[in-house]
Amino acid sequence: MSCNCHEMNRRELFEYINQISFAVDDVKLFLDTHPENQKALDYFQKYKEKRIEALKEYAEVYGPLTVDTVSENSDCWNWINEPWPWQEGGMLIYVEL
Amino acid sequence: MWNYEKRLQYPVKITQTNPKLAKIIISQFGGPDGELAASMRYLSQRYTMPYKEVTGILTDIGTEELAHMEMICAIIYQLTKNLSPEEIERSGFAPYYVDHTLALWPQAASGAPWTATYFQSKGDPITDLHEDLAAEQKARTTYDNILRLIKDPEICDPIRFLREREIVHYQRFGESLRIVQEHLDSKNFYAINPEFE
Repeated sequence: MSCNCHEMNRRELFEYINQISFAVDDVKLFLDTHPENQKALDYFQKYKEKRIEALKEYAEVYGPLTVDTVSENSDCWNWINEPWPWQEGGMLIYVEL
Repeated sequence: MWNYEKRLQYPVKITQTNPKLAKIIISQFGGPDGELAASMRYLSQRYTMPYKEVTGILTDIGTEELAHMEMICAIIYQLTKNLSPEEIERSGFAPYYVDHTLALWPQAASGAPWTATYFQSKGDPITDLHEDLAAEQKARTTYDNILRLIKDPEICDPIRFLREREIVHYQRFGESLRIVQEHLDSKNFYAINPEFE
């Protein structure tokens, strides 16, 4: 399973992560009450894999969104470096005033 | 066990402060039908739930409600960021400001503090799921009430997302109630409590 993560800019990759993560969140609830639905199981697997790949790609280039994807190649603790999601720049969609 | 993910479930980007609206929207943080009460309700009820599908839905919806609480807090934070003393005075935000400055604290729009009495964890699956279905509808009504008071599309957009999630959660709790009822037969329907007997 591959995404064209490499061709996306930061904002595009971040939005892509939000979108595929929402797909995973929503189908997860559906599967709780429909655990044998094959179509939903396939959908979950597809987006779960895309999500893991995109989170890894994002962490390597821009900094981690999850603690599991904190980069090995960093000599400092970059979990705290990028803004938190409620802060300016934290969701990468602030328009300059 | 929970892990934090450094992003909101749905983006919040508010560029114009509005402490008047913050005072209303804060009810969905710490009010009677707010996201904190929702999360605590489901995460408290799940331990004694005897059916694995329903334990799963209570865990996963209870977790999503924490993400919704974070979105509401982000909205309030951005609506009240860098307020001047004059703006605080003019907008009627002073009674909140005097106790909390610009920090987030769970309260209803009336100022009543968040309390565990906003929800029940009764230990009977039929009773609890009816409470959960009602809770999702009460939250949906609250978001509808908020949307009638807001014109700014930057605020409406994430509020509409949260409103839609109440409807999806209502559907999943409806399916959960059906699953519970399938485990009951005519002898024990309402007569016994499958979490206890």
